[in-house]
Amino acid sequence: MSVLVSSTINGDNIEFACEPDETLLDALRDRVGMTGVKEGCGTGDCGACSITLDGALVCSCLVLGAEAEGRSIETVEGMSDGNTLHPLQQKFLEHAALQCGICTPGFLIAAKSLLEKNADPSEEEVRYALAGNLCRCTGYDKIVRAVLDAAKQMRKA
Amino acid sequence: MGKDTLLTDRVFKSVGTRPMRPDGIDKVTGRARYGADHNMSGQLHGSILRSPHAHASIKSIDTSKAEKLKGVKAIVTAKDFKTKGITDPGLLDIIDNCMAGKKVFYDGHAVAAVAAVDAKTAKAALKLIKVEYKLLKHVTDVDEAVKPKAPVINNKCFTKGVDPTPGKASNVAKRSEFGHGNVAEGFEAADVVIERNFKTGQSHQGYIEPHACVASIGPDGAGELWVCTQGHFVFRQQCAEILGLDEAKLKVTSSEIGGGFGGKTHLWVEPVALALSQKANRPVKLVMSREDVFRASGPTSATSIDIKMGVTKDGVITAAEAELRYTSGPYAGSWATLGAMTAFACYDLKNVKTVGLEVLVNRPKTTAYRAPSAPMAAFAVESMIDELADRIGMKAIDMRIQNAAKEGTKSSYGPVYGPIGIGPTLDAAKNHPHMSAPLGPNQGRGMACGFWFNFGGQSCTDLNISSDGTATITVGTIDVGGARASLALVVAEELGIPYEQVKAVIADTGSLGYNEMTDGSRGTFASSMSAIQSCRMAIADMRQRAATLWEIDVDEVVWENGQAWAGGESNSNHPPLSIADLAKSAEKTGGPIAGHAQIVADGAGVSFATHICDIEVDPETGQTRVVRYTVIQDAGKAVHPTYVEGQFQGGAAQGIGWALNEEYIYGEDGRLQNPGFLDYRIPVCSDLPMIDTQILEIPNPNHPYGIRGVGETSIVPPLAAIGNAVSNATQVRMTHVPMSPPRILAAIHAQAASDDSSDD
Ligand code: FES
Ligand code: FES
Repeated sequence: MSVLVSSTINGDNIEFACEPDETLLDALRDRVGMTGVKEGCGTGDCGACSITLDGALVCSCLVLGAEAEGRSIETVEGMSDGNTLHPLQQKFLEHAALQCGICTPGFLIAAKSLLEKNADPSEEEVRYALAGNLCRCTGYDKIVRAVLDAAKQMRKA
Repeated sequence: MGKDTLLTDRVFKSVGTRPMRPDGIDKVTGRARYGADHNMSGQLHGSILRSPHAHASIKSIDTSKAEKLKGVKAIVTAKDFKTKGITDPGLLDIIDNCMAGKKVFYDGHAVAAVAAVDAKTAKAALKLIKVEYKLLKHVTDVDEAVKPKAPVINNKCFTKGVDPTPGKASNVAKRSEFGHGNVAEGFEAADVVIERNFKTGQSHQGYIEPHACVASIGPDGAGELWVCTQGHFVFRQQCAEILGLDEAKLKVTSSEIGGGFGGKTHLWVEPVALALSQKANRPVKLVMSREDVFRASGPTSATSIDIKMGVTKDGVITAAEAELRYTSGPYAGSWATLGAMTAFACYDLKNVKTVGLEVLVNRPKTTAYRAPSAPMAAFAVESMIDELADRIGMKAIDMRIQNAAKEGTKSSYGPVYGPIGIGPTLDAAKNHPHMSAPLGPNQGRGMACGFWFNFGGQSCTDLNISSDGTATITVGTIDVGGARASLALVVAEELGIPYEQVKAVIADTGSLGYNEMTDGSRGTFASSMSAIQSCRMAIADMRQRAATLWEIDVDEVVWENGQAWAGGESNSNHPPLSIADLAKSAEKTGGPIAGHAQIVADGAGVSFATHICDIEVDPETGQTRVVRYTVIQDAGKAVHPTYVEGQFQGGAAQGIGWALNEEYIYGEDGRLQNPGFLDYRIPVCSDLPMIDTQILEIPNPNHPYGIRGVGETSIVPPLAAIGNAVSNATQVRMTHVPMSPPRILAAIHAQAASDDSSDD
């Protein structure tokens, strides 16, 4: 028996039906069509599926679709403002903070969540805040630089 | 081609700049479509049943209950794969690995697959399939497997490469040998000879995107495969042969790829998805779980290396010898061969001999992992160099410089080197500020060199000029990390137009001729060579068109800055024609403007790197911290330096993970105990420092722009560089990768114990 869930996704009211034991990750990808949310492990270890749920950073593979009822979700698809990329997106491109890009949606969401709490993080704070997101391509160097640079730009704005 | 261009004099306009990549926006907005992001109408969900045993014969498989489950549309087992008529032993191994025939060879080996209306039904169906196994003795350790009493995994495995072929089956599939000179004489001439054994654990490529595909075959035998792969043309060829389809009728489209590092050069589930689709007559989507990726897709080899090297007191290496034993999983491979070829490739040696043994074990089939087989061999060799230098009281870097291979050196694996970068990377390392920076307490500095061949091979590209003068370059090599940007830069350079006016596209298998994999660091090297040739063909054509319009001889038309210029004094009244001008008049001058090339890209220049790292070791716990890391590598010519740096950094990070943490752990029962990112721990952001890079450009004389492959060499030195750093920090020679805290502690304690006993 499916459950009907209504939630706010990237500011839009969205209803979807999912199985009671279906993860929010699967529901977002397969029911809502938000394939920007990636699955790297399904066990909470890689962060590719990172989203925010009522502002809190979560691995969507560890949340049930049904738990999204009445709550607000943000995914990578909602990060840019119309044609204007979010500073993090822009800086990820400028710094080549992505190679294959499969980890990028998760990193962007996690980094955004960090900068909302800490507008001026140190390199170490960035590294620890992003330690739940795995990237196998970049060695993290350019990701950390992109986040620090985006933070700097956002502080100026 | 290309030898006509004078490399060192060339001033590049586009190549060497750092524009944003063309596929970037899609990747930061979630729009890019990877393997699991594609769906087809009416698609079923595929799922695979895997063996829980390390080694067993399959007595029977009963699928009858599962077939009756509502929603199940097809079940396949080995019976559904026809091997008759297939003679290529490699392909037969691929089939057996995708779906076990008579025996299962490792924990995770596929035995049956289901296609059902949804994932839940497919999983439920797997539980209803009854497989009866007869358990067999297994062996997972490389050194155990070569012992005479070891359980023999394949009773038809008679060691190749020994004469005469042994009459008794064993787990050694092949022996290969390389070298020159006389090592016995060389050791005689040495003042110091050291012999050691080194071991490395089995690591996985660890790409974040699991294998995924959507397969569809219609009753007419025409099909489609959407898949994350490093080589869709190779996948097409192999899948068509396995499924008995006409190659041309199978269209394979490569998705965006979420990392591969060699692991996506191989078929794991794709033939299964196609077979399910064929049987169900519906599209089938098959996505591997992370656990399945670890249990059943190709890790690298576990190795054990016996090595002996001799040096004079002046630092001349007089002889070097090694036997390299590499696991290849249950099927024969050429992994030890690559190890034996690369081991001593950095050095100019008079007497050298390497022997590689391919060892069958009950582990998943080994596949390529970034400069496959080279890092383990380098771990042994580069650790020995440090120890030898220490013994004769010489600086390790000076001993490396003294023995480094150079232009004209006969390499340890045979060929004579052209211009190469090992010397320059060593000189750069010696002069690098990192080398002389002070170290803190419990810190050690290590360095190591690395070598990789780089591949060339078959490539095919199309260049099409649009009616507005913009250009599309269509390639058949996968973009694993910025290749589209690099290729667009090369085309912009060659045509003389801005980078923004070039679009690089990756064709499906129906739209372009055969291309080999993006492997062996060949993607940018080979495709750029072909792209340049396509451009030159189009330029020749455009010059001809300009000549026709101007009614002058084509030899008088010069191509410069993206324009045709009328040369010769009498023609100076003709204003130049841009590509856009020529495109506009194309209808009158011979139709669409295009260029095409198909090549076998020869002369991929070999590549060398030197790494330096500082490691801090906690003597109480054996815990390590990477304090500083520097990569110096020859790129030939860095097309897009930012992405070249990215390759250097990424490879170093993977090597660091392998050196310190990553390892397949098997239980007594032969089952993999850590098939997940929690227990198979790859480096996270807080584990690493910034990774400094220095790009050297020693042009590859065989490429028109001097480009060499850059993707792989960076993973070769880290195991040894870290090994040397840890050894220097602890004063204990590390011989076993990964250097996990318990292993470091054990080594420190063992050393302390032996120091104590020798004090008595
Ligand atoms: S998919 Fe959710 S953490 Fe990996
Ligand atoms: S860019 Fe490939 S995993 Fe991060």
